[in-house]
Amino acid sequence: MLQFTIRRTILAVPTLLFISLVIFLLLELAPGDPMAQVPLTVPPDVKEKMRLALGLGEPVHVRFWKWIVQFFWVEPQVLVDHIFGTTFSEGKLRVISWQTRSPVMEIVIQRIPQTLWVVGVAYIVGILIAIPIGIYSAYRQYSVFDQAGTFISMVGYSVPPFFSGVLVIVIFSVNLGWFPSIYDTTHVVNDWASFKVQLNQMIMPVMVLALQITAQISRFMRASMLDNLNQDYVRTARAKGLGERVVVMVHVLRNSMIPVVTVIALGIPSIFGGAIITEQVFKVNGIGQLLIGAIQANDLPMVQTLTFIFAFLIVFFNLIADILYGILDPRIRYD
Amino acid sequence: MTDLSDAELIKPPRSQWRDVWDQFKSHKGAMAGAFVFVTIVAVVFLGPFFWTIEATHIDIRARNQGPSWAHPFGTDQLGRDTFARMMAGGQTSISVGLAAMGLSLILGTFVGVLAGFFRFLDGPLMRLTDLFLALPILPLLLVMMLLFREPLNGAFGPETGIFILIVTAIGITSWMPTARIVRGDVLALKEREFVLSARSIGTKNSRIITRHILPNVLSPIMVSATLGIANAIITESALSFLGLGFPPDFPTWGRLLFDATDYLQQYPERVFWPGMAISLSVLSVNYLGDGLRDALDPRVRGR
Repeated sequence: MLQFTIRRTILAVPTLLFISLVIFLLLELAPGDPMAQVPLTVPPDVKEKMRLALGLGEPVHVRFWKWIVQFFWVEPQVLVDHIFGTTFSEGKLRVISWQTRSPVMEIVIQRIPQTLWVVGVAYIVGILIAIPIGIYSAYRQYSVFDQAGTFISMVGYSVPPFFSGVLVIVIFSVNLGWFPSIYDTTHVVNDWASFKVQLNQMIMPVMVLALQITAQISRFMRASMLDNLNQDYVRTARAKGLGERVVVMVHVLRNSMIPVVTVIALGIPSIFGGAIITEQVFKVNGIGQLLIGAIQANDLPMVQTLTFIFAFLIVFFNLIADILYGILDPRIRYD
Repeated sequence: MTDLSDAELIKPPRSQWRDVWDQFKSHKGAMAGAFVFVTIVAVVFLGPFFWTIEATHIDIRARNQGPSWAHPFGTDQLGRDTFARMMAGGQTSISVGLAAMGLSLILGTFVGVLAGFFRFLDGPLMRLTDLFLALPILPLLLVMMLLFREPLNGAFGPETGIFILIVTAIGITSWMPTARIVRGDVLALKEREFVLSARSIGTKNSRIITRHILPNVLSPIMVSATLGIANAIITESALSFLGLGFPPDFPTWGRLLFDATDYLQQYPERVFWPGMAISLSVLSVNYLGDGLRDALDPRVRGR
């Protein structure tokens, strides 16, 4: 198992490097000019110098190498400096955003908590709702509850977040006026009243994201429970006189959770991607919105870094899922 | 034995597709899904012959109207008929869905068959598939929309250019699941006796693939086709919703929804029609896919 983990981790490195190269080359084709907003009165030679200052004058491979060094070598040093108060990164060039002329990672660090709050809470809420639904509808297969649950999860699976989001805004914000339609990220929670405001503004985005997550995971949970309920070991457990509760909730559930846990791990990065749309609907100031803004403003270092972070999340959670599968299921042998 | 009449003995064997259809018919959700999807497609493509108001016709005096007999879905802020715009938008959305699904199926089947049939291609092609699966799809789609919009607009005009761009972008980022499924099936199929006998009478590889392998991997391809349509419709709408899809004067369902969100406070009903159309088509296609999967799976069909 350890050997497998190490081998997969080592294999992930070239994958990530290749992905970063693909993203870089794709962005290299960008027709937009970062100097477009500079006034026309600025003389061409000054413009050329500004271009060089942005690091645009050099050939492609040099710039790619520079980005690699900045992202994988300088940025971790900044992190270490920040934690331990050392000065490894002093005077070294970081990945700089063209929009704000400040380090990309600092903006990302500012934005991540907003995304994590909304997406993280939605994911947990979604899982907590999905698992009981999946268990019960598998246990009572073809009952009214199962039929309704299957239908609702199909609907949740099919309705895109940009419609369900707008729909809940119309219902709960425009017509009923219960919740604010815009997520206020500057809101500080310091007492009970402000916590309630925070809760109020989180309900709608969380609801929309959780609906999708619940739909996917409850389908998986149901299928996995159904697979296990017909197994011989369940009959054995019943035959030796175990209570129905113990049979389902201990024996079957534990075995059914194995694929579901890996699906949960695999879904985390795609939720970050899906949150791009939800953030746009509710005007949450997270990394999804940051990416859209950067794409529209032609801020290539920002787009490159953010896209790479998404790719990193996918590769990382794939690895986690594979390892979890091996740990949870003793029948899986990777070597 | 004597009970068997001659008529029963000479009855031709039931074809496989007959069995599939019988099983499909018994899946109520799939039948409803097929009915709804066919209705949507029919209304969207045949409707403009009966509903003669142009989607781009501006009648500024009749702007922001509610539903009436003249305008069943109301009009928008420029007085354009929402029903006509919904049909025009549906044509684009469904065409994008079908074309992107077709492209991703062709790519996925091609990669899958090659990887499954030729051992030396298996490793590289599957690594390529893994790499594509690790790409962050939505951010990359957004980046691609931004980058290639101008050159393609220049080459094919704004509408055709964006159409080609969206279809290609969705197609080349969604073929991976099909490729994996097809590869798995081809790996199993090529060890079967009928492939061996075809080879023993000297059939060429290309012939074996087209005559013997492809017809047998048709069922997983059909199932992923339905899922592909749903996925492509949602992706196109998402791109249009983020303002990076079709141009504003060229309606698609996603674009109509995006435009309607500006008037969310005054005319909340306006988001309902395009959103409903997207959700209904996707839901019906998903049910269709579920039914097809059951109908094409011989293990389920017997029951």
